[in-house]
Amino acid sequence: MIHARGLARTFAGRGRGAEKVEVKAVAGVDIDVDEGEIVGFLGPNGAGKTTTLRMLTTLLTPTAGTATVAGYDVVTESQKVRRSIGYVSQSGSTSPEARAGEEIVDHGMLYGISKAQATARGKELFEQLDLEGLWTREPKAMSGGQRRRLDIAMGLVHDPTLVFLDEPTTGLDPQARANLWTHISDLRTRRGATIFLTTHYLDEADALCDRILVIDHGTIVASDTPDALKRQVSGDLVELVLSDASRASEAASVLSRVADDDLAVSGATVSARVRGAGHEVAGLIRSLDAAGIALESLEVRRPTLDDVFLTLTGRSLREDA
Amino acid sequence: MFWRETFIVFRRQLRLALRNPAWVIIGLIQPILYLVLFGPLLEPIAGQLGAQNAYTLFVPGLLVQLGLFGALFAGFGLIAEWRAGVIEAERVTPASRTALLLGRILRDVLQLVVQGAVLIGLAFFFGLTGSIPGMFLGLLLTVLLGAACAAASNALALTTKSEDVMAPLINSVALPVLLLSGILLPMTIGPQWLQVVSDFIPTKYIVNAIRELFTGEFLTITVFWGVLWTLVLFAAGLWVGTRTFRKENA
Repeated sequence: MIHARGLARTFAGRGRGAEKVEVKAVAGVDIDVDEGEIVGFLGPNGAGKTTTLRMLTTLLTPTAGTATVAGYDVVTESQKVRRSIGYVSQSGSTSPEARAGEEIVDHGMLYGISKAQATARGKELFEQLDLEGLWTREPKAMSGGQRRRLDIAMGLVHDPTLVFLDEPTTGLDPQARANLWTHISDLRTRRGATIFLTTHYLDEADALCDRILVIDHGTIVASDTPDALKRQVSGDLVELVLSDASRASEAASVLSRVADDDLAVSGATVSARVRGAGHEVAGLIRSLDAAGIALESLEVRRPTLDDVFLTLTGRSLREDA
Repeated sequence: MFWRETFIVFRRQLRLALRNPAWVIIGLIQPILYLVLFGPLLEPIAGQLGAQNAYTLFVPGLLVQLGLFGALFAGFGLIAEWRAGVIEAERVTPASRTALLLGRILRDVLQLVVQGAVLIGLAFFFGLTGSIPGMFLGLLLTVLLGAACAAASNALALTTKSEDVMAPLINSVALPVLLLSGILLPMTIGPQWLQVVSDFIPTKYIVNAIRELFTGEFLTITVFWGVLWTLVLFAAGLWVGTRTFRKENA
């Protein structure tokens, strides 16, 4: 569905003073997305996510490289690309004073479908996205979650096979986010749509995506399933909290026999990365028991995508979020 | 296709404008206030200004003011739309970029036609007499000028994307243009230097042309210059507007 090679975009900017500098927003990315995939585009703010998305959706011309989207070239066949894709931007899509139904019908008509067709399609989408009864409501009188679902309906009115979602859940409360996730994964189950979404929320990428592309400083630093990416981090985090802090160094030496990385002691807490911690934990407890070290608690945490990001880039995703 | 898209955009804009008609009404009341509160002051001195009827002098000026000011502020609505993501959503459809602009300008043009017609109609009650076909042609020139200004205003809106930048910019251009166009009083009564400065203001020629049209003179050199400048501004406005709307990242 999407094939990009060396796709790059530089902006003319200004440095300190008046000298002109070129800002590389996207420094040549390769992207491949197959039909029916849900792919997450993960990275901190300013990493080049939106710029890449705007190039793939024909809103921005690449300064280098090529991309075909839904089978058409984004530069030379932009009209055909626009007809085949839906794009839900993070800034919204409707006037606050307009009426939701009118907005979606007009939007559909701009894609060349008839008024009757656009109306029927719009009503169907309102039903699927839990927007029943809001046809004549003004977007300014809707909740954040409703408005975002309206934006999604707007992007789907012409039945695209490929949908781009830019930060779909930013600014929503946890309940509305979880609700929207259901709707997004429904897009594929119900309509067989391919979905390409950007996010800087790890749980979102984890919950929704088959595959994740990690972008940082305008280049793609990883592309894999969430699980495979997490396996790249050396092991699960095992955290022991001891009843007696004075035994911490002894506990650390026991833990070090199975640990792979990141052995740390802090007060009564001893932690380390352990590959396949599930396997090792039973033996670990036996050894601690044999040494007479009592445990307050033991916790095993699977690596999160945040850990992945930290491993890949040396920075935490949260610092920028 | 192109006209269908233009019409869809136009209809949407008109619907939104009619739903909140405050701006339409304010735009209408302003020239009426001029007509009612300033017109009577001109009546006794119209003869000295070389006009038989004070209103053939005054109404054309008000028409151009309407065309300039009303349309120059049209872009403000576009900034709000851009902020709401509407422009981006429209640009990701296959619709022509020119249609997205033209549909918006047509709304401003329609508003201008209505305002201009009300103004001329009302002026008859105050004693306007003159050539009816001339008035229609005068209104046509006004509308073309208004379309140019609306296009330029939309282009400026999409470039600056900020009301705070746009408002002082438009005001600092529009006020001197308005004064130097001889909208309230013809520039001919001014001192030499003022006349020379006003020679550089295209809208002065348009006001003068509409004044002659109102008195029923069609084939004069003044009318020729006025029509020419209107067409030049119209073409320039549309060119700048379309170019901005086609430009990426706008």
